[in-house]
Amino acid sequence: MRRRTLLSAAPLAAVTAAGLAACGSGSGGGGSNDSPDSLTYWASNQGTSLENDKEVLTPVLEKFTEETGIEVSLEVIGWSDLQTRIQTAITSGQGPDVLNIGNTWGVSLQATGGLLELGDAEFEALGGRDRYVPAALATGGAVDTDPTSIPLYGLAYGMYYNVQMFEDAGIEPPTTWEEMVEAAKALTDPDKDVYGMSLAAGSYTENNHFAFINATQNGASLNSPDGKPTFTEDGVVDGILRYLDLMQEHKVVNPSNAQFDNGTKSVTAFANKQAAMIINQNNANATIESQGMTPEEFKAVPFPAPADAVDDCASHLAGINLAAMADTDNRDGALAFMKFMTSPETQAELGKPFASLPVLVDGEPTFTDDTEQAEMFMEIYAERSAPLPLVPWEDQFETTVGQAMNSMFAKIATGGTVTREDVVTAMQTAQDSIRA
Amino acid sequence: MTLSTRPGTAAPASRPDPPAPRRRPRRTWFPYLILLPAVVLEVLIHIIPMVTGFWMSFVELTKFFIRRWTEAPFAGLENYRIAVDLNTPVGQELLSSFLVTLGFTILVVGLSWGLGMAAAVALQRPFRGRGVFRTLFLIPYALPLYAAVITWNFLLQRDTGVINHILVEQLGLFEDAPFWLIGDNAFISVVVVAVWRMWPFAFLMFMAGLQSIPGELYEASAMDGATPLRQWRAVTLPMLAPVNQTMLLVMFLWVFNDFNTPYILFGTAQPPAGDLISFHIYNASFLSWDFGVGSAMSVLLLLFLLVVSLLYLYFTQWRKESSHA
Repeated sequence: MRRRTLLSAAPLAAVTAAGLAACGSGSGGGGSNDSPDSLTYWASNQGTSLENDKEVLTPVLEKFTEETGIEVSLEVIGWSDLQTRIQTAITSGQGPDVLNIGNTWGVSLQATGGLLELGDAEFEALGGRDRYVPAALATGGAVDTDPTSIPLYGLAYGMYYNVQMFEDAGIEPPTTWEEMVEAAKALTDPDKDVYGMSLAAGSYTENNHFAFINATQNGASLNSPDGKPTFTEDGVVDGILRYLDLMQEHKVVNPSNAQFDNGTKSVTAFANKQAAMIINQNNANATIESQGMTPEEFKAVPFPAPADAVDDCASHLAGINLAAMADTDNRDGALAFMKFMTSPETQAELGKPFASLPVLVDGEPTFTDDTEQAEMFMEIYAERSAPLPLVPWEDQFETTVGQAMNSMFAKIATGGTVTREDVVTAMQTAQDSIRA
Repeated sequence: MTLSTRPGTAAPASRPDPPAPRRRPRRTWFPYLILLPAVVLEVLIHIIPMVTGFWMSFVELTKFFIRRWTEAPFAGLENYRIAVDLNTPVGQELLSSFLVTLGFTILVVGLSWGLGMAAAVALQRPFRGRGVFRTLFLIPYALPLYAAVITWNFLLQRDTGVINHILVEQLGLFEDAPFWLIGDNAFISVVVVAVWRMWPFAFLMFMAGLQSIPGELYEASAMDGATPLRQWRAVTLPMLAPVNQTMLLVMFLWVFNDFNTPYILFGTAQPPAGDLISFHIYNASFLSWDFGVGSAMSVLLLLFLLVVSLLYLYFTQWRKESSHA
């Protein structure tokens, strides 16, 4: 890609300008219907691989073509590339017609003006606002604005544990943070390369979620009511330190996890029985099983909060949203496609292979046959989840706070110590980096 | 540029006719025509983007304007102020990245130069298997960049990498397996990978340069009793001066701007010790969506490289001229 070949003396200037100059400025939003018979769809990676996603989606898209006559050209994009691809598409106006976004980016992407605004007329075409779980729909835009994306797949964190390892040690699944740490200590045996927990400690996209969840459990917020970052609040700092201490103080996480730059690596450690617990979103089921564990070998409980927690938050309101590009050449087709993808039938069909939670108010979970587990995740999603800050700088929160946590985990893993003051300094730096 | 009549094609001196009057070189459009595609491409690929990038550094090109980038408000020197303000994390991190890159460049260029020179001198005289060594040494340069660096990423993993397997399990040099891709060791790793990539280029250039040194010089110096080290200092090094002059500058520019090595080796989780400036600017722009500040950083980088290059050329030229005087 052009942006990756920075060999000229003015690398970025040349590259970004080349991208911008090539496309000209974007025209006013609203889309057109110049190509009513075709759509391009960028799907995010939900299944066990990009190929698996194609296999799952292709028959669904064919059904849409049968119904409407609109051909859908599909591209599945990995998470490490998705944000940059969307950015480039918005900048150039040369992107797809419809695309998946991480729901935490909803407000940041809305701020660019690159996504189609969904007003009353658009929602009429989509089947109405009332179809969607209100909290999930709220991720699609800033408060009191027309959203630019709708929920597609719902996700929530849970704490997965190895049933056999817990039984062998005579330990009950933990319900509080303290119990979780005690269980993890009992199950850690570095000599056998087995640890109580595995964390994606080198993934900034995962780390920022736990900064948020732990801070929320402490009753702290990452943004002030007027939309400014408040990362140095005591509850935020204490929450981050609590999470870091799993590796630093309690030593229940293999220091090597500081190199785990995505969640799949901790799933692999869990499936290989090198870790007794992992905290992962409910779509981990498919990945865990694809790595060799049978459904009976693992279970999930809510990610626990400390016994004296102010809030029992167990997850951020996770998931994937669906949006149309403002520059689409098939505006009506894009809306029809979005309606189709969020119809009860398609939701039920995709819910199982992608292990997603329903985003429709009357949706039934299909992601697992284990009704107890399904209810548990549904309860977390509906009752114990909160959205990441619904502010335009949310994407910067993810990178600055998440990367600061990467660095702190790296320091711990390489023998250093992270004090409370270090966390305050890191959060101050992250906060000062944000141009809100 | 125009075509001119070559001096060697003048009429032979033995010819009885009086020499023809010296004709003005005839102007022709042909050279311009063959230059045209290159000029057009240069303008499209370098000049327009650079000018646009320069303009971008003076506007507030944040996420709110990337779609309507021509309407971004004028920011004056604000982006530059943010980039160099050492009281803010942006300025502090840029300075830190600059210093890391400076150390990286000095080490990579120095080590590549030394290895390239040593290998080229060692392979100067014919011996059985010389061709095999030449080919082997050039492999890193011929391998596709992504495949090569991602292989290093695998080798340098803490638990599963071959490097630690050798250092810890086979040689027993460390009690605890060290990290190579996070923490301070990340700097050593990125230097090693970059040197591995770069030294065959120096080797190739030196091999070409050595071909042009007459063998008689070595024979004469050997008869005078010069040791191989003395021969290297008195013959090889001075004769390779033109090669060195160009190569050091080119290597400096390439290494200072290296984006691909840290990007592929570390991914998006750039450790501070391996925070090279091209990748730092990419992060500042693409992860923060602040293309104005990113462009200002790029322009500052361009100016720095321009000044260093001009100083380098000035001094090397000056040295050459003073040595001829």
